[in-house]
Amino acid sequence: MATPIPEKTLGERLRDHGLSRRGFLKLCAATASMMALPASMVPRIAAALEQARRPSVIWLSFQECTGCTESLTRSHAPTLEDLILKMVSLDYHHTLQAAAGEAAEEARLQAMEANAGEYLVIVDGSIPGPDANPGFSTVAGQSNYDILMETVEHAAAVIAVGTCAAFGGLPQARPNPTGAMSVMDLVKDKPVINVSGCPPVPMVITGVLAHYLTFGRLPDLDAYGRPMAFFGQSIHDRCYRRPFYDKGLFAESFDDQGAKEGWCLYRLGCKGPTTYNACATMKWNGGTSWPIESGHPCLGCSEPSFWDGGGFYEPVSVPLTANAGTLLTAGAVGAVVGGGSAALAKHGVKKADAERQPVTIDELEQTQ
Amino acid sequence: MSERLVVDPITRIEGHLRIEARMAADRIAQAYSSGTSVRGIETILKGRDPRDAWAFAQRICGVCTLVHGIASVRAVEDALRIELPTNAQLIRNLMIGAQYVHDHIMHFYHLHALDWVDVVSALSADPKATSELAQSISGWPKSSPGYFADTQKRIKTFVESGQLGIFANGYWGHPAYKLPPEANLMAVAHYLEALAWQRDAARLHAIFGGKNPHPNFVVGGVPCAIDLDSDSAINAAKLAQVQGIIESMLTFVDQVYVPDTLAIAGFYKDWGTRGEGLGNFLCYGDLPAGGLMDPSGFLFPRGVILNRDLSTLHPVDLHDQSQIQEFIAHSWYDYDSGNDQGLHPYDGETNLEYDGRGGVKPPYRQLDIDQGYSWMKAPRWNGKAVEVGPLARVLMLYASGHAQTTELVEMTLGKLDLPVEALFSTLGRTAARTLETKILVDAMQGWYDALVANIKSGDTSTFNPRLWEPSSWPRQARGAGFMEAPRGALGHWIVIQDGRIANYQAVVPSTWNAGPRDTHEQPGAYEAALQDNHQLADIKQPIEILRTIHSFDPCIACAVHLTDPESGGELQIKIS
Repeated sequence: MATPIPEKTLGERLRDHGLSRRGFLKLCAATASMMALPASMVPRIAAALEQARRPSVIWLSFQECTGCTESLTRSHAPTLEDLILKMVSLDYHHTLQAAAGEAAEEARLQAMEANAGEYLVIVDGSIPGPDANPGFSTVAGQSNYDILMETVEHAAAVIAVGTCAAFGGLPQARPNPTGAMSVMDLVKDKPVINVSGCPPVPMVITGVLAHYLTFGRLPDLDAYGRPMAFFGQSIHDRCYRRPFYDKGLFAESFDDQGAKEGWCLYRLGCKGPTTYNACATMKWNGGTSWPIESGHPCLGCSEPSFWDGGGFYEPVSVPLTANAGTLLTAGAVGAVVGGGSAALAKHGVKKADAERQPVTIDELEQTQ
Repeated sequence: MSERLVVDPITRIEGHLRIEARMAADRIAQAYSSGTSVRGIETILKGRDPRDAWAFAQRICGVCTLVHGIASVRAVEDALRIELPTNAQLIRNLMIGAQYVHDHIMHFYHLHALDWVDVVSALSADPKATSELAQSISGWPKSSPGYFADTQKRIKTFVESGQLGIFANGYWGHPAYKLPPEANLMAVAHYLEALAWQRDAARLHAIFGGKNPHPNFVVGGVPCAIDLDSDSAINAAKLAQVQGIIESMLTFVDQVYVPDTLAIAGFYKDWGTRGEGLGNFLCYGDLPAGGLMDPSGFLFPRGVILNRDLSTLHPVDLHDQSQIQEFIAHSWYDYDSGNDQGLHPYDGETNLEYDGRGGVKPPYRQLDIDQGYSWMKAPRWNGKAVEVGPLARVLMLYASGHAQTTELVEMTLGKLDLPVEALFSTLGRTAARTLETKILVDAMQGWYDALVANIKSGDTSTFNPRLWEPSSWPRQARGAGFMEAPRGALGHWIVIQDGRIANYQAVVPSTWNAGPRDTHEQPGAYEAALQDNHQLADIKQPIEILRTIHSFDPCIACAVHLTDPESGGELQIKIS
């Protein structure tokens, strides 16, 4: 199922959901009143709402650090300003929204009602699972788990932004004190797209949204539910220091001659060979730099269970604690390096076990 | 239990914060602050390589994105007595400075401004009059009538679309909004400009740390090498980029942030008489001229102010077990040794206990304030609740006679025609944040110049490799890493045994400020601030609560944490 962007206008959708013309105009009047606009504006708002096509986005924050939202604000194209003023209607987002308390929760419920079946849910942060104490994480007195399940019920699709939402991330690292789970562990009946990274590259977050808005469907995904366009190649294969790896020239310590000359950081623990992300090609902060360019080995932050994959500075450190036996072939010359330690999130996409292959939303759905 | 006013979620902050208030007619009589989400990062840190800790700890918070990384590497360096190369110290100072400038400006425009700025009112502004207003307070070039007319049209198109997105359900038209339409339009224009500006300001972290959010650090220095003859190290071109970013920061602070703060504050002078509360302030100090062992060389001084008495600064010792302690009388934790005592972070002992400590089963309407009501603990200094952050720092600088601070404070009070007592308020806290940003951005130029001079002298070292290998460490060690984070005094305490982390604990700014009551029922800083003279114009639209809470810049993911040290003698390590 390629999830289409809404074909119907908001006005049509509301009427489909049983809202009369009279009720629709009342909603417009309420909107005008909320924005302190004169009553004469109501017909104009009604006309605009009839045409409205900016898809509604509900952003849910759970066990998170807000680094993913911060990353979103760093996107140079599309910018956050363009995104929220022109491309989507960001109807619920704790860090950015004006409303607080009951008024904020009302905004979420209104968006869910007005856009039932067509809104996008974006999640950052992991969620204490159904067996964990619901008091570990609440908003407005409601557990994260209940909010997630209630909100995704009528969503078109769910995007898990950041490694915590995508794979459980830091809260799920040993010994997972709060029973933290990923979105795809919990949401089984909707397409879930994983945009991993700690945080994800800014333009990867907006790039996935842009793909959906521009082409009207969700992008093709890899075995971990990540868009191929941004997670299709390993850091190692795209790294500008790769020629030094091939020549056997390595930095042995921070600030040694090899480090100064930009040699390979493999022996300082670089996880580039087992990490799939866009850092080496898109770079960070408007192309300014990226971790390896600034001298630090890749931590592998877009991979499942990277926190438990061994020390960050252990050379040729491979997360052999893999609990799914999912080994990926990396591009490293003459070497098979393990990667991806997490189970394939119980999506049942078995064919990716042996080698890394893309799966589409359609395939994901069929395997459920 | 009488019904309390509840604001949850408190939005435009980092993390999950809930405020409950017991009202006496339209005034707040008692306020209760609750952090409602926990992850358990200190427990996750146990048993890991201390050199890896910064990456874990940094994910405590992605807003103040470098502070926990810095505090963590400093804790390990303190434990192992690792000295930093001069360049590494200067680069860290530059990155800390950039964090402040970036973070404070985003807080002002994107988190705090909508408490004071009515977006809807901007629609009725006269662009020409807005231009005159803007040009009367600043030389910022984006100030023509056409520019403001375009901005207004942009907002109008958005509002008329009927899809109000992040602006839906705001308290627009609330009588507490006092700015004229023109000031609102100017502020909304700067809201959008600041969004664009911050993207480029964040590049400084990417140059030295590879990315932002969550730049990279390393124990013993910084990961980037300096080599003027290399295309893959810090060279003249990268330094020129850094210089350009500092200039862009300086311009934005001087021409937009400082004048906007003064202009907006002028309409809210009544907020200079409410919203402080405790009267006690704590700073660990930071931004060393030399090493961290010498507080006399810090830009931000260390000390405690009690009862608003600026004539006496009390000394602070992070290692003194009787000074800094955490209490859990109203927190969802258990102490094996009794829940009424306070524990120093080295000896901290904590277990998650929601159900047994008064946690109400979700979904709930009200917390049980007589028992546990927060995932935050209650840190105290010598038993006293204290406020940390920009107001504490500016008061400390002012009290210690720092010349630039004195000048800035007097200029601000003079322009607003307010007495010095007005500093102890919601308005004073917000103004202090702006003033320290000015101090920081000026200091950044100094650190940059010192870095260039040091490289010029032939020193390119950025990393001290001497104690990198765990085999070179003592079997047992412990240390405290501290810093002044944008939101206030931050400390990480680490216990290392046999090359692994035996215990790790962070006591962070928002725990000091947002924490609950302690064993003696003393309120935390948020609670005391809300109990200080808050009258609500409309109980259904409690904008007054948002103003005071946002003036602290809450960071709740930071504030909520837990430790789970093993009990038993083996970890009671004493280092003389």
